[in-house]
Amino acid sequence: MEILVCVKRVPDTAENEFELNSAGNDLDRDDLVYSVNEWDNYAVEEAIQIVDKVGGNVTVITVGDDESEEVLRREMAMGANNGILLSDDAFEGSDGRGIAGILAAEVKKGSYDLILTGAQADEGAGQIGGMLAAMLEIPYASLVNKIQVGDGSIIVGREIEGGNQEMNEIGLPCVLSIQTGINEPRYVGIRGIRKVASVDIPVKAASDLGIDVNTVGEAGAKTKRVDYFVPDTGEGAEMLEGSTDEIIEKLIEKLKAKGGL
Amino acid sequence: MTSIIGPASFKFFGIFPAAILSFILPIIGIGLFTYIMARRIAPLIRANPDNRFDQIGKRVKNLVVVWLGQIRQPRYMLAGVLHIFIFAGFLILSIRSTSLVIIGVSDGFVLPGFGGLLGAIYNFIKDYAATFVLIACIIAAVRRGIYKPKRYAVPEKYGKDHTGEAVFVLGIISTLMISESLFEASQIAFDLQHAGQEHFLAPLSLVWIFKGMLASAPQNILQGLHIFSYFVHDITFFFFLCFLPLGKHFHVITSVFNVFFMRVKKGNIKPVMHGITEDKLDDLESFGVKKLEDFTWKHMLDFYSCADCGRCSDQCPANAVGRPLSPRFITIKARDLMFKNYPLSGEIYKSKLLVEDIYTEDEIWSCTTCGACEEECPLGIEYIDKMVDLRRGMVDEGLVPQSLQKPLKALEKRGNPYGKMEKKRAEWATDKEFSALCQVKDLDGEKADTLYFVDSITSYDDNIQEIARRTSLILKKAGVDFGILGKLEKDSGNEVLRFGEEMLYQDLKAQNTEAILESGVKQIVTADPHAYNALKNDYNNLPPVKHISQVVAEKIATGELDLKPCQNPDKVYVYHDPCYLGRHNGIYEEPRKVLDAIDGLTRVELEKSRDRSFCCGGGGLMLFYEPEEETRMGVLRVNMAAEAGATVIVTACPFCLVNIQDAIKVAGKEGEMEALDFTELIEQHLA
Amino acid sequence: MTQIFAYIPFKDGAAEDVALEYPSAAKKIDASASLTAVVTGSGADLDKVANDMTAIYSQVIKIDNAELAYPNADVVRKALVNIIPSDAIFLVAHNTFGMDLAPGLSVKMESAYAADIVDFEGIDGTTLKAVRQELGGAVSTHVAIDISSGAVMTVRPGSFAPVEPGSASGSVIDKSGDAGDLSAKRKFLEIVEAEVGDVDITKSDVLVSIGRGIEEQENIEIAQELAEAMNAVVSCSRPIVDAKWLEKSRQVGTSGQTVKPKVYMAMGISGSFQHLGGVKGNPFIVAVNKNPKAPIFQVADVGIVQDILEFMPSLTEAINDL
Repeated sequence: MEILVCVKRVPDTAENEFELNSAGNDLDRDDLVYSVNEWDNYAVEEAIQIVDKVGGNVTVITVGDDESEEVLRREMAMGANNGILLSDDAFEGSDGRGIAGILAAEVKKGSYDLILTGAQADEGAGQIGGMLAAMLEIPYASLVNKIQVGDGSIIVGREIEGGNQEMNEIGLPCVLSIQTGINEPRYVGIRGIRKVASVDIPVKAASDLGIDVNTVGEAGAKTKRVDYFVPDTGEGAEMLEGSTDEIIEKLIEKLKAKGGL
Repeated sequence: MTSIIGPASFKFFGIFPAAILSFILPIIGIGLFTYIMARRIAPLIRANPDNRFDQIGKRVKNLVVVWLGQIRQPRYMLAGVLHIFIFAGFLILSIRSTSLVIIGVSDGFVLPGFGGLLGAIYNFIKDYAATFVLIACIIAAVRRGIYKPKRYAVPEKYGKDHTGEAVFVLGIISTLMISESLFEASQIAFDLQHAGQEHFLAPLSLVWIFKGMLASAPQNILQGLHIFSYFVHDITFFFFLCFLPLGKHFHVITSVFNVFFMRVKKGNIKPVMHGITEDKLDDLESFGVKKLEDFTWKHMLDFYSCADCGRCSDQCPANAVGRPLSPRFITIKARDLMFKNYPLSGEIYKSKLLVEDIYTEDEIWSCTTCGACEEECPLGIEYIDKMVDLRRGMVDEGLVPQSLQKPLKALEKRGNPYGKMEKKRAEWATDKEFSALCQVKDLDGEKADTLYFVDSITSYDDNIQEIARRTSLILKKAGVDFGILGKLEKDSGNEVLRFGEEMLYQDLKAQNTEAILESGVKQIVTADPHAYNALKNDYNNLPPVKHISQVVAEKIATGELDLKPCQNPDKVYVYHDPCYLGRHNGIYEEPRKVLDAIDGLTRVELEKSRDRSFCCGGGGLMLFYEPEEETRMGVLRVNMAAEAGATVIVTACPFCLVNIQDAIKVAGKEGEMEALDFTELIEQHLA
Repeated sequence: MTQIFAYIPFKDGAAEDVALEYPSAAKKIDASASLTAVVTGSGADLDKVANDMTAIYSQVIKIDNAELAYPNADVVRKALVNIIPSDAIFLVAHNTFGMDLAPGLSVKMESAYAADIVDFEGIDGTTLKAVRQELGGAVSTHVAIDISSGAVMTVRPGSFAPVEPGSASGSVIDKSGDAGDLSAKRKFLEIVEAEVGDVDITKSDVLVSIGRGIEEQENIEIAQELAEAMNAVVSCSRPIVDAKWLEKSRQVGTSGQTVKPKVYMAMGISGSFQHLGGVKGNPFIVAVNKNPKAPIFQVADVGIVQDILEFMPSLTEAINDL
């Protein structure tokens, strides 16, 4: 099975504290650390496990710049066979549709049975997978937490409200967006990454992909981020102050009044 | 007939010379033994290299003290004394056994030099030796077979009970003692009866007793007994010789080698592969131990040398709390695998991956590297390096528990397992109250002659940052010119190395080493025993490292620091030895001296103290691991302190502090017991 | 005139709460725009919901087809593409169905796309201004959406004020015939329900809910003790279930259970939208968290900045002493 996994290099939410920069229009990026989007990592692990069972190859792909390459290499250290970097100045400022279009151009050059993305990334939109599927005119399922490979079609489980699972049968080729918790990703250490440090990763630009630059980048974007801000917090909770004993006393009073005790 | 006919001259049924038997038995015995030994040595030849020929002086000392002196045996008094008798008996009787073999073909043979006075003295001693060995064997057999001490028990998952094998061997040894004494007693009784020859025998010895019993036995009985007991001894002896390499009594042969080759440096971890320098590590195909043959020859020798005594598991804190780890069975399972894969006859089996073949992942991750097992083993068997090698293998294969992946990733990206930002590493020093008392120098810019290496938990954990502040105040009071590395400091990596993430450790080490050497400091002080251990034993080319307790002890001795009388005279203090300060680095007395320098401080000792200290639960990455256990190590330790009558547990390690504080809550002993860090106690009492 | 359409999700014949929120969202987009509800499905349930929606929307489009009996996003998308004008604004709730349907729909309709919107700030020419969040809610952003060829957008449930039913009296338009070919390569099989655990958190009046602040699995005991003292039940947020420290049935949130307790003790919970999305009704929320900036303090009634590992045992003791 030929599986393509779309990955993204994002600021690590666990290891960063986000603050606005002094101009107030972007994040202070000086001290940020980046890594592969957590959902994408689950997707790569899933792809590797599928290929371990039924044979085939896992290719990881990203739209980004030189720095994005480190994310491809990390996933290859994990076990992906190939990496492709789609990079061009013209791609900067693309909205979701633009990114999906760039990816679609490359997908059409290959023949993949299964395309995976993470359910969402740092922007929290969860849009690339669905858009890519529509562009390629193949079926799509999001928030997948279980995959069972069959012959020519697969059974997937989607995580829906209430912790329930929606089971679907979906024909190949298709696009799936993967939810966290589908598996336990294997560890990738520094050694693993050093081992793939010199593996060749082809870089493709707009011309290689045959993309009209007016459909991508800022020029082609229909949704643009204008700024970052921290909203007014409003009233919020009544904060209890004092020593722990005093706080507990006040809290117990309130709990009694509200029927909590 | 004037004297008994010895086996060399005896003829069975008057025709068949017994000497032929005496000649063939040793040849078969030694031949078979040689073959078995060759098969046993085979895996060691395929094993990885080990560097055990350095520091010959220390090795000889270990041989004398640990092997010959049996110094570790009395730590379990009854079993220890029994073993010392049996061991001493074996050594003494080895001369007699050798002579006996030759007596089978040469009547009255005496080893060169053992005629005359020396021989008589020897006989006297060896008679008592045989007697004590027999008594010891009987006591041991009763102990094993009837009382069944707990540490010998074999949990169901590890297979059948080993008591049978143990009692069987005690039976064999007893047989040897009895047959040897009967052989001699029958001859002496015969000589007495028929030649009036008196021999002086060691009173109350076995042979003396037998001689008494046989004094009036008929001639032919004595003659028969003499030959019978000779061949019982001969057959048993060679049977035992060939039996030794088949089970736990292999240690009889391998112990002298195992002790000679045992580790001479403590606290450090072996390199990934002996002979491969750090810069060549990238070229290695595979890291760590994945299959049996990946172990070094010394580690394989360890597996052979295990006497199945269970002392390691008895001391193991992970075992005590019900984690799936029992050091004894790490060894026994590997030994049994060696026996299985390298059978005495037949083809050699291809080794499978150890983890999931004989070991489980949790079994290997459960170890806190406290070192209690290695400290206890009378045979010098090592465990920590093996656990680290197995972990290196798992990390190489990506088999790392999810709970550890996050802190490892954080260490890679941010240099600390919490994922907090580098620039906040020195925030503890900006506390208003504190900075009014003490301005801490940042060595990235300023100069000092001492580095205070804070390490991650003390830098970032809200509750532990106080240790950093107090350590600074103590150093300042003691007149030490110190500074910190601040955001240039990375985690010391003590646990990163011990959890098998070698390259991440190398990375942290390189960064720290560079920053330290750049700063130009002449010495390093730390309040974190894990950092102390890594910097002192695993890093290279650094200035000398000291723990804060050592600095305080020194300064008190020179008078540069003075301590007030005890501020809480009604509390009962007990000092808990942290594994990485105590067992791994031998620092037991300095912290105690400092506590005792506080007038009026009531201090008690825990039963399990110094090199028998019980691990609090572990530090570094171990704080993030989620083990399966029945209770917590910290809880057991808190209960030990309560039993000792203490109300305050003093500890000199931030991880011990965290674990014991938590344990006090979980054990429901708040109000009865408190945990106090060494720096807090000292800072409170600075005069 | 701008045309706005809103997709009405429903279950067991009852429309979900977000159906009441679209009108406010639409107003913020363009108060003069027309707003039409769209309901897809099959049979009596569909009819009932379509009728119910006439009390809120002036126009309700009903699409009835056996293939739509279960809302299979790939199938619904096909129907919508055939029926909804491609330059319209199409609103869907940002839930598991919305995430499945909307991105592909925007491509098929050649419209702009924006997801998980929490506020609109009106149209300026052909640019619609909206507010959304990034990085797990750590920061907010303003986005500018070019709606000249339409837009498909998902809105975060609970972000817009609900209107009262009865504020409109509309009519149902049956467009089932225009649905077109609804064959799809994705077929719905069944729903596998979440396992019922030993405890039903939805039945408890008081919940002691734990989040990442609990730090270690062993500390859950501390929460259990507090729960016992308060005659409550322990529930949790998603990370606790992901770490397998508690069963899924204990999880409160959009992908877990929906609870309506009287009192909700949020212990060491940061207050992500997905978690709070599972807390309904108007419980008395007590939040305890080490981080004074935790978003939970915005929605809680009472806030305490403390380490829950120290606070909970003290509270338990005090309650037991009563």
